[in-house]
Amino acid sequence: MENKICEKEVTIGNADGLHMRPAMQFVDIANRFQSNIQVSNNENTVDGKSIMQMSMLAATVGTKLSISAEGSDAEDAIEALRELVEDKKFDEPAPDQEAGHSEKK
Amino acid sequence: MLEQYMKLMDFVCLDAIVPDLEANDRDGAIYELAGSLAKIGALGKIKPDEVAKAVIERENEASTGMGKGVAVPHVKHAKAKRVMAAIGQSSRGIDFAALDKKPVYSIILLISPGNDPEQHLQAMENIFRHLQQEQFRKFLRQAQTKEQIIDLVEEADENPSL
Repeated sequence: MENKICEKEVTIGNADGLHMRPAMQFVDIANRFQSNIQVSNNENTVDGKSIMQMSMLAATVGTKLSISAEGSDAEDAIEALRELVEDKKFDEPAPDQEAGHSEKK
Repeated sequence: MLEQYMKLMDFVCLDAIVPDLEANDRDGAIYELAGSLAKIGALGKIKPDEVAKAVIERENEASTGMGKGVAVPHVKHAKAKRVMAAIGQSSRGIDFAALDKKPVYSIILLISPGNDPEQHLQAMENIFRHLQQEQFRKFLRQAQTKEQIIDLVEEADENPSL
């Protein structure tokens, strides 16, 4: 099978950043793909399929993360993860929507 | 901006460490650790039951039992002035509905202020950096006294690979 390598830089857009719930969503989606997925900030590169490792990124709003995928479904994986982080913002409010947002997490 | 490297000692309340949890279940352990934080005055005016209830509610949405015998139940609380943690150990193991379905032996209860996501993320980063290490998990699980856990926390802050 064809092995592809894809890479994409994404920016965390939700106000609370990559805390455990978003990290779990990320890992859930990453695990749907066969590709090997790695995520890095400037300091660390971690396994995008491990919740413990993803929690170590401590990515606040505005942080840029580089996602790389290697495998036959690399392109789809990158697109699904980009959509989660940038379009859906983990279904959480962006900083300017914070007013009136009740604390749940 | 926060200092780049937060240490465990910056937020783990050493006097609130419970080396041998009495509770046999998840909710009991959470109440016990919240009570331990309250006992040393760390919670200020926040009632421990209120914290425990919020943590349990959060836990019911998705388990913080990440596998490998550890769980990090947590909640943000508007009235919390800073991030703080209590460490509890259970020699018998507790069912936390963990991802790997195995019992949890080491529980780190984390309370963060409502308006400081960065502090919360830094604390989480710190906790998981150590929980990743098999040695750290093993030492934590083998610890039988508060002093042994305090030594481990101090050593982990000194030694990034622990």
